[in-house]
Amino acid sequence: MRRALGDIDGVRSALIATVSAVVVFGGGALVVVRSPNWPRVRQQFFNGDDFVEAWPQVLDGFWLNLELFAYAMLLIPVVALAVAVMRSLRGPAFWPVRLVAVVYTDVFRGVPLILLILLLGFGVPALDISGLPRSSTFWGIMALTLSYSAYTAEIYRSGIDAVPESQTASARALGLTQWQSLRFAILPQAIRNVVPALMNTVVSLQKDVALISVLGVRDAVREAQIYTTRTFNYTSFVVATLLFLAISIPLTRFVDWFIARDRAVRSQTMVG
Amino acid sequence: MESAPPVKLEIDAVSKSYGDRVVLDGLSLSVAEHEVLCLIGPSGCGKSTLLRCVDLLDPIDSGDIRLDGLSVIGRDVDADAVRRRIGIVFQSFNLFPHMTVLDNVTLGARRAHGIDRATAEATGRDLLERFGLIDKVDEYPNRISGGQNQRAAIARALMSDPEVLLLDEVTSALDPELVGEVLGVIRELAGRGLTMVLATHEMGFAREVADRVCFLDRGQVLEQGAPREVFTTPQHERTQQFLRRVTEAGRL
Ligand SMILES: Nc1ncnc2c1ncn2[C@@H]1O[C@H](COP(=O)(O)OP(=O)(O)O)[C@@H](O)[C@H]1O
Ligand SMILES: [Mg+2]
Repeated sequence: MRRALGDIDGVRSALIATVSAVVVFGGGALVVVRSPNWPRVRQQFFNGDDFVEAWPQVLDGFWLNLELFAYAMLLIPVVALAVAVMRSLRGPAFWPVRLVAVVYTDVFRGVPLILLILLLGFGVPALDISGLPRSSTFWGIMALTLSYSAYTAEIYRSGIDAVPESQTASARALGLTQWQSLRFAILPQAIRNVVPALMNTVVSLQKDVALISVLGVRDAVREAQIYTTRTFNYTSFVVATLLFLAISIPLTRFVDWFIARDRAVRSQTMVG
Repeated sequence: MESAPPVKLEIDAVSKSYGDRVVLDGLSLSVAEHEVLCLIGPSGCGKSTLLRCVDLLDPIDSGDIRLDGLSVIGRDVDADAVRRRIGIVFQSFNLFPHMTVLDNVTLGARRAHGIDRATAEATGRDLLERFGLIDKVDEYPNRISGGQNQRAAIARALMSDPEVLLLDEVTSALDPELVGEVLGVIRELAGRGLTMVLATHEMGFAREVADRVCFLDRGQVLEQGAPREVFTTPQHERTQQFLRRVTEAGRL
């Protein structure tokens, strides 16, 4: 009896979901398609021929975005962890180290990423200091790394703070040095605490690599702009959008799945 | 009676405040080698603070602490080396949740004392076997009982073969039926002549295992003596009050 009712409820919810989806999305689509400008917009943004023509060029640029993403993904966790550790060191001897870490996070979290990219990407090569790389791409990666590491360091730090003080006391009581307690007792727990937050940062980084186009580096966005300037057609931007979505949607789904699984595993094992 | 055993640990006029709150107020106390000393006193009287200070986990404001006659306070002292000579076990076990019982027990030996894993694990297994935990070596702390956690924590503290073991209300966080197994372990250590200082609310156990009982009050030792004296004929008004309250709570 209960079960039958449950089934009926299930069918009814599915029905409601379908109807509301049709009304909302269908209605929205209808408004767009019936607007007087739609034929022109369709011509400029959703043109099949332009799509085919722009595709290889934009895709070519997109590989650069992925490359930037990969480099930043390698650098950020390391730099951020170093900053977080510097900031958690106790004792007067480490005061200068803590100060450096605090100034670093304050400055690089305070500057809009796009400005940082412009400043480093145009500024440092213009200084023409021998020994420093002059490639805009290189400095673009540096800007991404510096900015994201400042945020990520704060994530790590919140994870370190969430580990009870008594864990540090236990580790020190065993004769471990401050660094050894962090390394073997505290950080493994801290990192475990913040994996979900870190994963969400990865999703946003994947999109922010597109900002490097302001340096004129020929990434997907830049290539799309070049196409637009040449043809007065904007379909190339739709191509770039689809490419980014092709990565970010699966990535987001994966992160959500991972976080849900992580939560389930923890609720099973973390109860004392 | 033989000649008095040498003094192992000396706490000499130690003071410690947290902000305005004076917790230890010129407290002096000495512990002889092989002695079992029980610290009793109401909650908040400074038992935990004293033990933490002795293990150099909290700095003292003034006074001195000596181990085998040598001061362990001062800039030129290697605090990590001192901590290896003193073991401490906390009320809340504090095993590292991301490590197995065996890894918990051997961490200090492997990382701080530079002992190779095989040797450390052999020693660790022996200790865990002694404490009835040999079938739990590969378990994680959250998969075993509080009593097992606490026995593992004691094993962990004993790995460096400490000269003094400090125990801070190690049974207070346990379900009543698990208290006995932990007290059993402490009893065994006392029997082996390990020098111990234990803060406890288990008056019955203190009476049984202690060579001496100290009643702490207002940051000082108000009264001390053999358990029989302190428990049956307490001299000070406040000791009497405290013991009466404990008796009413049914813990003696
Ligand atoms: N880290 C700390 N910061 C501030 N006050 C503290 C701290 N640790 C202990 N205290 C205070 O010191 C007093 C003694 O505490 P404690 O040593 O834990 O007593 P006991 O173990 O005898 O119950 C209490 O009033 C407590 O609030
Ligand atoms: Mg206490």
